[in-house]
Amino acid sequence: MLTNSIHQEAIFIKGIRSTLILAGALMALSVLSLFVGVIDLTPAALFTGNLEQLSIFLTSRLPRLLAILCTGIGMSVAGLIMQQLCSNKFVSPTTGATISSAQLGILLALLFMPQSTLWSRAIFAFATAVGGTWIFVWFIQRIQFKDAVMVPLVGIMFGNVIGGITSYLAYQYDMTQALASWLVGHFSLVLKGRYEIVWLTVPLVVLAFLFANHFNIVGLGKDFSKNLGVPYNVVLFLGLTLAAMITASIVVVVGAISYIGLIVPNVVAMFKGDNIRGTLVDTALFGALFVLVCDMIGRVVIFPYELPIELIVGILGSLIFIGLLFYRLKHGRKAVRLGSPSSSSCSCPVSALEGGEEA
Amino acid sequence: MRIHELTKQYDGKTVVDAVSFSIPKGKVISLIGPNGAGKSTVMGMISRLIAHDSGLVEFEGKDIGKWKSKELSKRLAILTQSNNIQMKLTVRELVSFGRFPYSGNRITPEDSAIIDRAIAYMELEAFQDRFIDELSGGQRQRAMIAMVIAQDTEYVLLDEPTNNLDIYHATNMMKIVRRLCDELGKTVILVLHEINYAAFYSDYICAFKNGSVAKFGTVEEVITKENLSDIYQVDFEILNIAGKPLSIYY
Repeated sequence: MLTNSIHQEAIFIKGIRSTLILAGALMALSVLSLFVGVIDLTPAALFTGNLEQLSIFLTSRLPRLLAILCTGIGMSVAGLIMQQLCSNKFVSPTTGATISSAQLGILLALLFMPQSTLWSRAIFAFATAVGGTWIFVWFIQRIQFKDAVMVPLVGIMFGNVIGGITSYLAYQYDMTQALASWLVGHFSLVLKGRYEIVWLTVPLVVLAFLFANHFNIVGLGKDFSKNLGVPYNVVLFLGLTLAAMITASIVVVVGAISYIGLIVPNVVAMFKGDNIRGTLVDTALFGALFVLVCDMIGRVVIFPYELPIELIVGILGSLIFIGLLFYRLKHGRKAVRLGSPSSSSCSCPVSALEGGEEA
Repeated sequence: MRIHELTKQYDGKTVVDAVSFSIPKGKVISLIGPNGAGKSTVMGMISRLIAHDSGLVEFEGKDIGKWKSKELSKRLAILTQSNNIQMKLTVRELVSFGRFPYSGNRITPEDSAIIDRAIAYMELEAFQDRFIDELSGGQRQRAMIAMVIAQDTEYVLLDEPTNNLDIYHATNMMKIVRRLCDELGKTVILVLHEINYAAFYSDYICAFKNGSVAKFGTVEEVITKENLSDIYQVDFEILNIAGKPLSIYY
């Protein structure tokens, strides 16, 4: 029993190491990102009380950083929840019609309430994002697809149908230009006073953490949930609502950002498995780090101009995604172990006991 | 547990027709019968996974539908064939879910001790930090049973636990079932296809035919040449091996 607890402790320390590394890297890059931009900001000037510099810092740089962090955390956690609940690794806010539904909501808000504030647009986006995601999941539950790849394909088609409706309405009512800002995600319009809705992601992510085990259990199937006394449908739709609201609060402020919800949870799961309790913090940190790096690349690459984050995320994201697919093809679902001697010591008794049993 | 006049229809077709029997406590009970005889459906209904159309499932003196789901999950556990896990969970994480009805999202030190014991009981210590999807079919089954042990229920329901297992693992599975009953005092209800496993490892057998109970009784009462020939519509020969009826069919 004693050796067992020591063993568990070793596992725990190993688990927390990656979290610390990610947190450290994120912190360092966050500070660095505050001083990247067209107008030169220096830490020295800030501390000596240069008012002009301080005001740039507070109205633009800091809000931008906070928006980036919330976006990275929110999109990756939303993706993680959706993947778990649908037990499909290809489902995400992009491939689950959540983002396109939120965009439709924003357009409807612009149409019906031309003077709408950010908050009323957010409420429209919440409603449509939640509705769209529910319809999608209800649909894939009704039709049990044999092939896991069919699910995201249906999601992409469904998303495009909604996107088509959005574009049609936008053309019809001369709204294309107004809408463009939400179609391609970017952080250049993030300023103090008009981005604070993204902060909603923080309490929503905390809520997701509290219900982590519920989501895991629901992801293991209806019978499995019932056996443990977890109300399957309630948790499923609450979880989807949570993911859709996180997504919508980001889309309203920065627009559509694809890929993060798809690849970040997958990359983290490759190293750390699918227990949400164990991966949620890492997923959030890695998501924030990924968006931050992409944003910094976008700001630096054609300095003093900047590229929208969606572009950079799209390029990097698709490369990583292809990499993931190739890894899967080559190694199957085997986890990546970072220098862990325990896995090799475990495999000996397996081969001795259950040799050749693999189906 | 008492089942009374239980009926289930799918699309107007009656698949379970007025089934009644009582389940003796602390025994191993096997449900057998040909495909489509309704045994899995009955299993689903007595474990609340499937809603019944009419009749009554009485669990500890109370209609099973009136039980709070969480309370019921501390008393009755069910493993179905659909439990093939695609998720990357370690054995220990899976077994920990067995404590969910008790502690929700927080694992207490007592829970940890119970989880340790369940893992040890199924001899999975060496695998506890390995991912479920990297294990063999037999180990995976054992991990699921360890979860049920951690769930610490009086009743354990297993829907075709020997499915897809080879002779070695299937036999081990049946020995585990016996130990659950003899050592841990659980009431185990199984759906089985292999008549001889049912005959050698259970105390009672409930044989189904066309949605009704054809025979319910002790192994000796049910496993007879006449009964089995009638239920399965093939010729049977019963041999006596180690005091148990071994059936040969051809």
